[in-house]
Parts: sequence; C-alpha cells; structure tokens
Amino acid sequence: MRAIHLFSAVLISIGIISCSKEIVGRTDNTPALAPVNIDLNAGIWKTILLKRPDTFAVNSPAPVGSPAYIAEINEIKGLQQNISSQQKTNIQYWSAGSVLRWNEIMRELVAKYNLPPYQNDDGTYPFPSAANPFAYPQFPFSNPPYAARAYAYISAAQYDALVATWYYKKMYNRPAPYSVDSTLKILVPKTSLPSYPSEDAVVAGVTAEMMKLLFPTEIAFIQQKLEEEEKYRILSGANVRSDITAGEALGRQVASVFVARARADHAGAAIGTPQVWSNFVSTTSARGEVPWISLEEPKRPPMLPLFGNVLPFLFDSSTIAALRPGPPPSTSSDDFHKENEATYAQIKNPTRDQNRIVQYWADGIGTYTPPGHWNAIAAEDFIKQNYSEVRWARNMALLNMSLMDAGIVCWNTKYYYFNPRPTQMISQIKTLTGIPNFPSYISGHSTFSESAATILSHIIPARTAAYEAMSHEAALSRFISGIHTKLDCDKGLEVGKNVGNYAVQRALIDGAE
Amino acid sequence: MNKYFYKGTNRIIVLIILLFMFCNLKAQTDMDAIMMNKNQFCNGPMYNHASWDNYWEGKLKRDNQNLGTVTTQSIMYNVNYGITGKLNIMANAPYVWIKASAGTLHESRGVQDISVFVKWKPVTWVKGKNKIAVFLIGGISTPLTNYQIDYLPLTIGLGSTNLISRAMVDFRHNRFTVTASAAYILRSNVKIDRSAYFDTELHLTNEVKMPDAAQYQLRTGYRGKYLLAEALLTNWTTLGGFDITRNNSPLPSNRMNLTTVGTALKYTIKQFPHLSILGGANYAITGRNVGQATAFNAGLFYAFYFKSNTVKNFKN
Repeated sequence: MRAIHLFSAVLISIGIISCSKEIVGRTDNTPALAPVNIDLNAGIWKTILLKRPDTFAVNSPAPVGSPAYIAEINEIKGLQQNISSQQKTNIQYWSAGSVLRWNEIMRELVAKYNLPPYQNDDGTYPFPSAANPFAYPQFPFSNPPYAARAYAYISAAQYDALVATWYYKKMYNRPAPYSVDSTLKILVPKTSLPSYPSEDAVVAGVTAEMMKLLFPTEIAFIQQKLEEEEKYRILSGANVRSDITAGEALGRQVASVFVARARADHAGAAIGTPQVWSNFVSTTSARGEVPWISLEEPKRPPMLPLFGNVLPFLFDSSTIAALRPGPPPSTSSDDFHKENEATYAQIKNPTRDQNRIVQYWADGIGTYTPPGHWNAIAAEDFIKQNYSEVRWARNMALLNMSLMDAGIVCWNTKYYYFNPRPTQMISQIKTLTGIPNFPSYISGHSTFSESAATILSHIIPARTAAYEAMSHEAALSRFISGIHTKLDCDKGLEVGKNVGNYAVQRALIDGAE
Repeated sequence: MNKYFYKGTNRIIVLIILLFMFCNLKAQTDMDAIMMNKNQFCNGPMYNHASWDNYWEGKLKRDNQNLGTVTTQSIMYNVNYGITGKLNIMANAPYVWIKASAGTLHESRGVQDISVFVKWKPVTWVKGKNKIAVFLIGGISTPLTNYQIDYLPLTIGLGSTNLISRAMVDFRHNRFTVTASAAYILRSNVKIDRSAYFDTELHLTNEVKMPDAAQYQLRTGYRGKYLLAEALLTNWTTLGGFDITRNNSPLPSNRMNLTTVGTALKYTIKQFPHLSILGGANYAITGRNVGQATAFNAGLFYAFYFKSNTVKNFKN
C-alpha cells in the first residue's frame, strides 16, 4: 500500500514537471510596432554615406484609382481569403518591427559564425576565405571586431536607406491600402505614414544586399526571411506590391554604397600576415617589453591585428592615434607586477556571484559578442520607446558606429602596445572564462561597453544610471575573471567614453532631435 | 593510558556491534536488484574518479590541447533504508571537483545534486533454482546548490531537476544473475547565467530547454554471500538536443550519449558483516558530445538496524 502511495506521488510529480518545456524569448511576443511619432520629416535627417536622400531615384507610383493599383488591392483581398496559422505567426513576428527583427537575425548569424577555426595537423591554423566561404573554416569567423563592423555597416545602411525612404514617402504621399479600400482587413496597427515605398521592403532589401558581403553562406536563408517579411506586409494590408518592389530596389541600391565602402575600409587586410605577426613581437622586444604570446595550444596567430587600421565611421583615421591611451606600465616594472597580482587575487576563491557576472558578460565563442550584447540591451529598451522604423534605424546606427569605432581604437591600442595577459605573466592565473587570443591592454569589453553606454544614455537619458552600471559591471567582469588587469578595464572605459561622445556629437546634429 | 581505558573502549565497540544488528549488505543503488531488509539502514561514502583526454564533438572524436586531461572527482554520501523488505528508500549527494590539466580555465567545485529513490519489488517468481523479480524504481534529483551550469566541460553538474522512472527485471540461477533495466529521465529546463545563447538558433532568454533522456543497463555476474561481482553495460541516450559544432563550446542541452562497459564489485567482510567494501570501474566505448571517460570508484557501506528487530538471516 505504502508503495502504491509513493508511486502515485512520483507520477503526480512527473505530471507537474512535464507541463511545458517550451521556452519563450524576451522579444517573441513583442506587440506590433505603433510609433508614437511617425517622424514624417525624417527625409531631411543627415545621412551617413548617401550624399543626398534622392541619390537613388524612386519612380512615382501609380495613382490609387488606377487599374494597376486596383489590381494590387485585389491581390491583398485574394491573399486575405485564407490566412494560415503560419502566416499569422509571421505577421505577429514581423509586425514587431523590421529593424528589430533584422537586428536579431544579424545577432543570430554572428553567434552562429563566431567560432575560432580548428588547427591544421601541422599546428598552423586555417583562415576563413571570403572567396571560398563554404570551405572549412566557413567565412566569416564573426569574432568581436568582425561583428562590430558587420553590425555597424548594416545599421548605417538601414538608416541611410530609411532616410531616403522617408524622403520619398513624404514626396509621393501614397496612402496605405486600408485607407484607400476600407473593406480590406487590417492586421497591423494603422498609421498615417505614407506607404510608398515600403519601409519594411527597404530594410529587407538593404540588409539582404549587405549580408551577401558579410555572411555569404546565408544568402538563401536571408532571402527566405526577406520574402516572409514582404509577404506579411501585403497579406496584412499594410502595403501593396508596388510599395514592396520599389522599397526592395531602393534598399539594394543604397546597400551598394556601403558595400563599396566596406570593400575599401582595410578590414580585408586586418588578419595580417606571418611577417606582420612577427613584427609585433620584434618591435615590442626592441622596446624592452615582454611581447604578448598566444595562450592557446597550438599558438594561434593574433585575432585581426590590423583591425586598428580600419576606416572608422565617426571620425577620420588620423583621430584613432589621438584616441589611443598612453602606455601601460613597463612589463618589468613593479606597478605592472602589482596589477597582475591584483588580478591573481581575484580568481583564488571565486564566489558564485563572481561567476555569474563573468558568465553574464563573457560573450565569448558561439555568442553574438559584446557588441551584440549591447544591441540586445538597446533593442529591448527601444521596443518600449515605440520608435518609428527610421528612428529605430538611426539609434541602432549611432550605437553600432560607436561600437565599431570603439573596436577600431581598442584594437589599435592592443597591437600598438602588444601587452601580455595576466596569465602570461603569472601562469597560475586560471580564468573563469576563455582568454581571448589578442593582447591585454586595453580591455575590449570595457571599451565596447562604455562606448555603447555613452550613446545609449544620450538616446534614453532616463536609463543613464542603468547603462553606466551595466558598462562598469561588464568591465569588472573581465578583471574578476582573471582575463584583464584593473588598469586594462579602466583605460577601456575611458576610451569607450571618448568614442561614444563622437556618436553623441553626431546625434546632436543629425536633425532627429 | 591505562588498561581500563582499553577495556572501556573495547566494551563500547562491542556495544556498537550489538546495537547495529547483523545485516545483509549489497550494493543497493537505484540500478541494481538488491533490496535491504526491513528497518535495515545502510550508509557510507563513495569516491569516484573519472578522466578523459578525448571527447566527442558531435560524433567526431577529438582531443583538445587547451584542456589536456579533464578529471572529475567526487565524494558521495549514500543512505539507504528498508521500509520493508520489498520497499526501500535511498538517497545520495556528492561533492564534486573538476579540473583540466592544460589550458587556462579555472577549476570548479561544490556540492552537486541530491537524489532520492524509492525502490519497490512488487513481484517475485521462484521455480526451483531460478528466480525472477521485477522492480520499479522512482526517483528525483535536484541541485542542492546554485552551482554554475554553463561552464562545460568544467561544470560540476547540468543543473536540471530530474524525475527518474525505472523498470528492472532480475533473473537468478543459483548465484548467477542477469539484470536488465530501462529508465526514462524527465529533465526540467535550466537557467544559465547568460541572457541569450545559440544552440541551432538564437534564444533571447536565460532558460535552456533540456531534452529528456533514457538510460539502459544490462548487468550480469555472481551474487554470493559475501562477494558480488558483476559486469555492466550501460547506455545513456539524450532524447533530443543538438551537437556541438566544430570547435565550439558545449551547452547543457547538447545531445549527450554515452555507452560504457564496466564492472561492479562488492565484498562484505566476513568477520564484520556490517561493513562492505565497494569498488568499480567504467570505460566509455562510444559517445556523443561527452568525454571518453575512464572511471573508477571505491566506497564503504556501513549497515545497522534502526529498531531492534528480528535478526534476519543472511540471505539473498
């Protein structure tokens, strides 16, 4: 009898635990975007690369009463006859916002490709090749600098494309289909924003085109997402097909300007050569300093050592050296030794909370990287702000240009000093997460984080204290994990702040405030 | 020291021996066919040592010079009580420490999960020298501490709360036995310290969906009055999950499969049958997303009666 009772207890517990294991992401159920301000005049906002908002012509649309337009309305009506549950899911997903969803897709791809290549049999390492992207290791290895640059190009291109879109929207002033034909079902929030060209199709088009360069093995996946989004716009009654066609074409054209810049921004050479790698060692030794060495086995060439020469978005290349901080203490000095000892003290008896902070901010391999983490933080705050798509894009562009330029200055500093990691100096320092394969001074996490916190605090002043607390915790996480000295982190925060201020300066004059 | 002291000590020991009644000591885990007698209580520590140089990244076997040899050690405390001769309850909890011999990653250590099992032997058939018994085992395991779970392969555990349902059939001919069992392990989702992760897609949550698992075991050998010696074939199959991609880090929700061969030995000391010595070894022959571990264990069980009850015969 007792046995039966015990077994019923077990069976009941099984019932409780097995209820639902489905997990829900924080943005899965984001409501449809209904901007508080449609930013009708965004067509005059300052663009990043486009010389003018009408650099690329968009033909005037067919009048709403024309047979061509009526046919497009009929297409919507036909589609609305039978809306499948999959289509409803698509509407729910995409209506949260085009910039938001493409930002998430981009973060997903960064996480997927953020994997260091496995070594060759002889102990050397293969490198991904843009010319042969499907061969192992697949192109790209979306490590933090690569990711920062990818986020920046895509966000900046989306922004310019949407400024152009808003320019034409206001100019042609074509009403949304549901305003023309009141019998249409409306499956998205109504807006007074003109519908031609479709902002969703513009974002999809510009992003898909950029992705060909940045994630060439995912072109088919991206194309599928683009088609899903465009279909949702028509099905939901938000756009007619000609809004979509014109939008996608405009987006792809704007992308060409950014692709041309990306091909010439020196990122392609950032990987260096064996000669470049050994030069860092010899010049550092010649200064009487201990040069950085890889702590991986086999020794891996340093990550993107010439990324510090990449063309920034917010300032010209000559400013990079001006933003670079002074040197760390000499590797033979007592001060340097004390810094490393202080790091060693951190990891001797790590607490559970210390591990939590380290893991929360680690953003290491297989993740969307620290810049991606700040995109996630920003996106989840932007959702609450109900921005128009063009303002979403503008804020994301400011954030990501700040992160990319922070990456450039940080990488420039890292390879200028070629400073060893604490573990290289004191081999007993075991780290609470993986040690990145590049020099120590200054901390990348700290630089990225404070550049992001600075521009985000300008965008949402009410969150300033929260952003600063996050940025400082991110910096701290690298010290208490044994990855960095305190000095590396403090200097990173300083540089990040300076870079972030360039984004703030731009925000003040771009016409959006 | 005087002789009275020794005399006194000896008396105490004799008293303890008298208090802790003679009992039948067999391995008594959730996976064997041994039952404790009514009111019999057994407890003791078990040390486990497992190490691997190679692991399976998905199905690809590889080594990792940045880990070297990964060694997990634990000391587990076990208790086992016979509510009746056909219904036992048992529990255990280990302290675990794990480190890598190469690379720079910090070790982990801490108290891991508590497991509680109820073992029921509802049916026994006897015909001549042959005996067949059916067992049903239900259990739960859950973390005792909020240990870090997203630090594979150097985590001390996977962090899920598990419900284990096992069915087992034991066949015996004289001292020769064959025992087969199958278990379904229902695993709760876990929460990691990160706010997002990628498995085969990006998840913007700290919650990781843990696939359930199945475990199978076949064991056979000699079950004598004092000596128990068995060969084991054990398989753990995760029912879902995904493979570690090339040169990536693992996640708790990986499809972790493992088949091991091993042995379990137990010897009850003839002159002092409260005490049993246990030992065992296991070797991974095939796996997926796990280390190819070689493991051995050793332990002691000390048994006595809670209540002064009828002295049971030493029987199996």
